[in-house]
Order: sequence, then structure tokens, then C-alpha cells
Amino acid sequence: MKIALCVKQVPDTSDIKWTENNTMQREGVESILNPYDVYAVEAALKLKKTYGAEITVFTMGPMQAEDILKNIIALGVDNGVLISDRKFAGADTFATGKTVSAAIKKILPDFDIILCGQFAIDGDTAQTGPCIASLLNIPQVTYVKKINEYSDGTITATRLLDDGIESVKVKAPALLCILKSEFEPSRALINGIIKAQDTKITTLTLEDLGLNPEDVGIKGSPTYVSKAFRPEVKHTGEKHDCLETGTGAEIILNKIKEIGVLG
Amino acid sequence: MTGGILLYAEVTRQGYVHTVFFELANKARELSTKLNNAPVMAILFTKPGMLPDYKEGFTYSGIDKVFVFEDEKFGEYNTETYSNLIINLVKEIQPEIFLIGATNQGRDLAPRISSTLGTGLTADCIELDISEKGLLAATRPTFGGQLMATILCKTKPQMATVRPKVFKPSVDIGYKETEFTYREVKPEDFKENVQLEKFMQVYENDLNELDSAEIIVAGGKGMKGEEGFKMLKELADLLGGTVGATRGAVDLGYAPHTMQIGQTGKIIHSLRDFRRNPAHCRNYGSRTYNLHKQ
Ligand SMILES: Cc1cc2nc3c(=O)[nH]c(=O)nc-3n(C[C@H](O)[C@H](O)[C@H](O)COP(=O)(O)OP(=O)(O)OC[C@H]3O[C@@H](n4cnc5c(N)ncnc54)[C@H](O)[C@@H]3O)c2cc1C
Ligand SMILES: Nc1ncnc2c1ncn2[C@@H]1O[C@H](COP(=O)(O)O)[C@@H](O)[C@H]1O
Repeated sequence: MKIALCVKQVPDTSDIKWTENNTMQREGVESILNPYDVYAVEAALKLKKTYGAEITVFTMGPMQAEDILKNIIALGVDNGVLISDRKFAGADTFATGKTVSAAIKKILPDFDIILCGQFAIDGDTAQTGPCIASLLNIPQVTYVKKINEYSDGTITATRLLDDGIESVKVKAPALLCILKSEFEPSRALINGIIKAQDTKITTLTLEDLGLNPEDVGIKGSPTYVSKAFRPEVKHTGEKHDCLETGTGAEIILNKIKEIGVLG
Repeated sequence: MTGGILLYAEVTRQGYVHTVFFELANKARELSTKLNNAPVMAILFTKPGMLPDYKEGFTYSGIDKVFVFEDEKFGEYNTETYSNLIINLVKEIQPEIFLIGATNQGRDLAPRISSTLGTGLTADCIELDISEKGLLAATRPTFGGQLMATILCKTKPQMATVRPKVFKPSVDIGYKETEFTYREVKPEDFKENVQLEKFMQVYENDLNELDSAEIIVAGGKGMKGEEGFKMLKELADLLGGTVGATRGAVDLGYAPHTMQIGQTGKIIHSLRDFRRNPAHCRNYGSRTYNLHKQ
């Protein structure tokens, strides 16, 4: 089994500082592996353990993104591909999908499964996975909570949706978008770290992919940001300090009566 | 006919048109007035014989034209089947704008359609407007709600998914002649790469409660832990409501993500505002009437 794993490096959103002009203060903001991709990595490793897979991790991003590829390889992933070119900058989900799918086609044309995170915490669009799937013309399964089985080229997966849980079967090759799960993420072992240091990351540029400059990055993106602003957070609540006085329940009860939800 | 605003009318598993469609319809009518009264159209996938149940909802919301795909198999959503049929329709009618509810289904379907068409898609919007140049200006939260971005699209159709509950549902705008057009569905249109084996409706914490609850008791970091939320649950049960949590509390693991309210969680409205305003009150009542099949 061959698995293509797509991951994204994102700024740690719990730690963002904003400038006066509402732009993100990039200095000093730590880059992390998109938290949802952690679960995609786990899903890939689990498939490898059970069925013996070869996993190639792909990321499109700046040269520093090589670090997260190495970290993932240290966990037991086999190969890493960094898709990096100044011309890829400013890509929206469509341009990202185009670039990443072109890289998968070039490096791993005979993949069985592509794994993506359900969404990335920066843009939070949940679109890149389905974009990649449709550009490669393969089926997709989104909101995957668990991959249950792989046999005879068919994957059985559990989807977690707003109105319940689905169990679906999908024929490989297919793309799956993985949701957060409860398990503890794997930790790198010493051997893994040593292996990661020795593993050569494949780097792909625009030229390597044979794409048109008009098809990638900001030029290849149909959408563009016309305005960005920070929403005002209105705090209209009342604050009562009642730990000492012990009047909390009373205050709440009066409030409930006042707003009339007691009928 | 080309141009106009196209809306996806998602049919839920229970067989009624998802509430978000009526919210899209209302917004689309407003956008249409800024686009020289461009027609507002809808796409519906349904089992045979169901259309009469839905008709009133479409006319009532002022939809000009509904494209109906009818087949026994449309009780069950399939990404590839639905997206292929929609792509062909969009190529033919060439709408300016195409809006889809940002439900699980909508978020699965929309990027598939947009990337095949090679057009842009703005995810999970909370506001839509028409720019001075007549383009769709779609505003959405990013970075976990810390930054809002207004996004424009260079290609047509300009696509966006829209969060449920951010727009008010349509109000009766007076009787309107809605045209219903059946679209041909051929056996080869059905793709079977993904097959649904089983669906289970309810589980642990009743995910959808926040969508329907009339009373929500919400807590934040001040609840200090799961214990605090248990107390809120007690209160909510007594009031006949459900529990919500702020992002801060969810991030700290005090409450599950399914309880999160706000821009990055479930969007909720104050029903009291509905009740205070007679127009909304009427609207709320008839909404319930209209959406559920009798
Ligand atoms: C632009 C923007 C958009 C956002 N959008 C959303 C959104 O859509 N949804 C969302 O959920 N969040 C959103 N957030 C984050 C949101 O502001 C915080 O999640 C929310 O304010 C956290 O409230 P809290 O009560 O949990 O904690 P805090 O805001 O830290 O605290 C609220 C009150 O509780 C008190 N308190 C806190 N901890 C304790 C304690 N241990 N004991 C006693 N008292 C305590 C504090 O003193 C304070 O008075 C957004 C933030 C920004 C900046
Ligand atoms: N630049 C990228 N390189 C590789 N994979 C990506 C990239 N951007 C997004 N993805 C994948 O698409 C998923 C969804 O991202 P998004 O559409 O940004 O919410 C992520 O979890 C990744 O698996």
C-alpha cells in the first residue's frame, strides 16, 4: 500500500499577536504542524503498522517547512516531499490543490490512499482535501473519525457528522480527510530521529512540476482577500464577585427570572 | 438563461429542506436587488413524489426557478454523483453566484464543484454583500475567529459556503410563481465509489442539540473544569435547555468541541429578539411549519 500524506505548517493560533494594521506579527510566532494533520499522520502510521504501507509526506510551504517533514519522518513515515517555490506564495485552496496534486502525480502516481487533515487551523477552510481529490478525479471521504479496515483495495471508514455517525466503504485510490481523535499522538524514537536526519527530503519547484506560473500561487488563485479586519469583541456581560459572599446562585436565579426563561 | 444566483437546497436525512437553505434564500433575494434583480434559482435532489411537499417552501422564499433532480437513489447523498450533476448544470446556466450551506454535506460538496470548474470558493462565510463593482464580497472568520477577511473572486461562478444560522430565514414575500424544471438523470450519472453501509443517529452528547435548543446555558473558563460544566448541565436540564461552552473552555478541555458556541463553534441567536419583533415572530412560526414535512 502506498500512502500520500498531506500536511501543512501553520502559525500557532493560540499565540498570535496582531499589529496595529491588523496584520499578523510574524516574528516570534511559532510554526507548528496543523493539529488536525497530527491525526492524519497517526492514521497513516496505523495503516503502515497493520498492513505494511510506504508513506510519503507532502507539504507545500517555505523552505523552513522541511523541519516538520523531518519530525514526521522521525515518527516512522518513509519519505518527505517539500513543494517550495517563491511563485507558490499566496495560493488559495484551489491553487494549493493544483500544486499538491501535481506533486503527488509526479512523485507517487500509484498511490492507494491520500490522507489530509479535515481542516487547517489558520485558514480553516476544509477545502484543500476535496480540491486535491477532485483534481485527481478520485473519490473522497471527509470527516473521517477512524479508518477501520483495508482489504481488497476497499477502505472502510467511520465518519463523524453533525447528525450522527456513518460507516462507509470506498474503493482505492481515494482521499480521506481525518478529524481529531482521542488518542495520544506518537512520539519520535531515537532511531526515528537518526533516520530522519539521514533521509533526504525531495524538493519540488514550479519547474519540476511542469505547471504554468499562471496556475500557481497568487496568480493561480481565483479568490483574493480584499479586506481584513479584527472583529470587535463586545463584552456586554455583568461581572459579580461572589466567591466570598456566596450569593452566586441567588444572582443567577434572579437573572433567570428576569430574562423570563422560567416561563 | 445565464447569470443569476444559484442556491443548493440540501435535503436532510429526515427528508426536509435544511433550514440553511431558507437563510440563503433570504440573503440571495437581498443580493439580487443589488444585481438588477437577477433571478434566484435553486438545485434540489429528491426522491420521486416528494416535490409537492417542498414546493411551498420555494415559492414562499421567492425562488424564481428550481432545477429538480429526481431519483429513488437521491435519499442518500453521494459526493461524486451530486457534484457531477451540479457541475453540468452550472456549466449550462452559468450563474454569477453559487451559494451552498456550510453543513457537513455542503462543505464536502462545494470544493469538489469549485475545483472542477476552476473557480474560487470562500468557506464558511458569515456575511455576504455585493461590492461596488458588482462582485460577491464574502466575509469569513479565519485564525479561529481572530481575524475577519472579506474575499472576492476573479472567476465565475463566485462560490461561497455559508454558516447555518448567520442569516435570518426568508419571510413570506407574497405569492410568487416559481418555475420547477426537471433535469434528466441517467443511470450512468450514479457513481458508486463510496457506499454508505450504516448510519447511526444518536450518540454520546447529542451533537445537534445546540442547533435546536431554545435555552442555552453557557460557561467559560470560569467553570474551572469538567465539574463546573456538570453543574451547568444540571441547571440546563432544569430549564429544559442545553449547555454551551466558550472557545477558551473548550481549548482547555473542560467541554467537548461540540458544545462550542460562537464564530468558531455553533452560531446561536437570541430567540428573545425574534419574539420581540413581530415580523420575526411570524417568520419563526411559519419556518417551523414550512420546513417539516407534514
Ligand atoms: C476576534 C475574536 C473572535 C472570537 N470568536 C470566538 C468565538 O466565535 N467563539 C468562542 O467561543 N470564542 C471566541 N473567541 C474567544 C473568546 O473571546 C474567548 O473564548 C472567551 O472570551 C473566553 O471566555 P471565558 O469565559 O472562557 O474566559 P475569559 O475570557 O478568560 O474569562 C471570562 C471571565 O471569567 C473569569 N474567569 C476566567 N477563568 C476563571 C477562573 N478560573 N475562575 C474564576 N473566574 C474566571 C475572568 O476573570 C473573566 O471575567 C474569539 C476571540 C477573538 C479575539
Ligand atoms: N500547503 C499545503 N501543503 C500540503 N497539504 C496541505 C496544504 N494546505 C492544506 N493542506 C491539506 O489540506 C488540509 C485542509 O487544509 P485547509 O483547506 O487549509 O483547511 C490540511 O489538513 C492538509 O492535509
